[in-house]
Amino acid sequence: MKGFWKLAWIEIKIYLRQPEATFFTLAFPILLLLLFGSIYGNKPNPFFDGRGMVDVSTPAYLAMIIGSTGLLSIAITVSSYREKGVLRRFRATPLRPAAVLASQVIVHFLMTLIGGILLIVTARLVYGLHFAGRPLAVLFGFTLSCLSFFAVGFLLASVARTARVAYILGMVLYFPNLFLSGATIPKQTFPQALRAASKFIPLTHVVNLMQGLWIGDPLGKHVLEVAVLAGLLVLGVAVSAKAFRWE
Amino acid sequence: MNMPLATLAIEVKSLAKSYGRLKAVDGISFAVGAGEIFGMVGPNGAGKTTTIECLEGMRSPDSGEIRVLGLDPRKDGRELRERIGVQLQQSSLPDDMKVWEALDLFSSYYRKPAPWQPLLDRLEITDKRNVRFSKLSGGQKQRLFIALALVNDPELVFLDELTTGLDPHARRSMWDLVRGIRERGKTVFLTTHYMEEAEHLCDRVLVIDHGRIVALDSPANLVRGLKSEVRILFTAGPGFDPASLEGLPGVSRVERIGERVMVAGQGDRLICLVINALDARGVRFRDLRTEQPDLEDVFLALTAEAGLDGGSR
Repeated sequence: MKGFWKLAWIEIKIYLRQPEATFFTLAFPILLLLLFGSIYGNKPNPFFDGRGMVDVSTPAYLAMIIGSTGLLSIAITVSSYREKGVLRRFRATPLRPAAVLASQVIVHFLMTLIGGILLIVTARLVYGLHFAGRPLAVLFGFTLSCLSFFAVGFLLASVARTARVAYILGMVLYFPNLFLSGATIPKQTFPQALRAASKFIPLTHVVNLMQGLWIGDPLGKHVLEVAVLAGLLVLGVAVSAKAFRWE
Repeated sequence: MNMPLATLAIEVKSLAKSYGRLKAVDGISFAVGAGEIFGMVGPNGAGKTTTIECLEGMRSPDSGEIRVLGLDPRKDGRELRERIGVQLQQSSLPDDMKVWEALDLFSSYYRKPAPWQPLLDRLEITDKRNVRFSKLSGGQKQRLFIALALVNDPELVFLDELTTGLDPHARRSMWDLVRGIRERGKTVFLTTHYMEEAEHLCDRVLVIDHGRIVALDSPANLVRGLKSEVRILFTAGPGFDPASLEGLPGVSRVERIGERVMVAGQGDRLICLVINALDARGVRFRDLRTEQPDLEDVFLALTAEAGLDGGSR
């Protein structure tokens, strides 16, 4: 276990040394918040069903962070670890192979969480973010969403033969998820057809779940989202377990 | 060091491994004694890496028996990895991991780690301890990988293509390191495709080709077994008649290309006889050089067949 925690700690340090990963997880959501916040502020707005832009966007941006750590960071890190032979080197030690993958889950979860907390704190301090939900329910939704998208990241790393392919697959999935889910562009701006289509975008369900729980919806109101995300989690784990290769 | 091998570090019987229809390793048997530096040489694709990975428990053989430090790598893989050190071909660390972090991390994986600070000194990478893996040179990366292979104070160390891609100077200092490992009472199992390396370093050498053992002996015995010629080359003035050396015992042929003369033949006394004959005849010669068969000749002779039909697989 000592080896496992040390690995997780070093992986956190490594994560923070990568400017692109740190930027997209920690800085970009805040920049986006400040950009749109400076335009729209957080005044009640009929366009957002009488809520403020920041109150609606902050939980949506949480989904954006989850999407980028899962679809991009996990998929790219794990597949390039395999391609370069990092996984091989770890496998030649007594460390349990699963520990290497588990450490990636922990590190990415922590980074996503920190990114989310920084975002929320900024929104609160700058725009007086409102929160009407139950913290535990939000944490549950956040954790479930992370695990589902991380599982998809592992799935991509498993089916892609090279890190390059994983990177392309991740990008191809990430951008539609980012723009069509309401994670960046509010769904209120979508035409009706697009709004219907967005139901088939996985990240939409993270956005809906986080926005709902944020304003205090009971979990029972989001059975669909929870079911979709749980299904995604099961699918990702099952495919990865079958297709994942160490080298 | 000669056989019999008092304690065996490795024992392999009829090891076989195929990839599809390709027989990468085709029923090989050998043993490695404790304290030996044992080398495995062969052309690319001969089965070296497959064999070493089966011994390390990184790969499952199709059939055969393997004992490494008395353990079965397939069943007791974790226990075995506690006790062996491994330097892998084609492996890496995360780009942004620092040297000291790698040592600190890997030593935390073992029950009884060796202190890693002295390892940094021994491998002369102390000044690189805060450098990220991606910023190290090829030789420095190899040194770090050796340090990682020694971090658990292993009884047996596997080195797969240790010096491939290193410059001659770095290669020589790797050899000193390997000898140093053995001096600490460890067994070393290495693969290489540099014959010079096997000749300088190994107590015994196993030559493998197409997944089969073609020779297994000490480098000196292998060279002796190859009844090849000694060549003597020198430069002599135009007045010298090369035919005058043809009658000497052991000389098989004499050739002259311009000023350069080549005498080929066999026998331990050949060089002596030729020099004495030249001296007795008052021949003035210079730039005398001898070419004796070495492990490379042995290797080429043993694997010649494979070389013709393109030994790489």
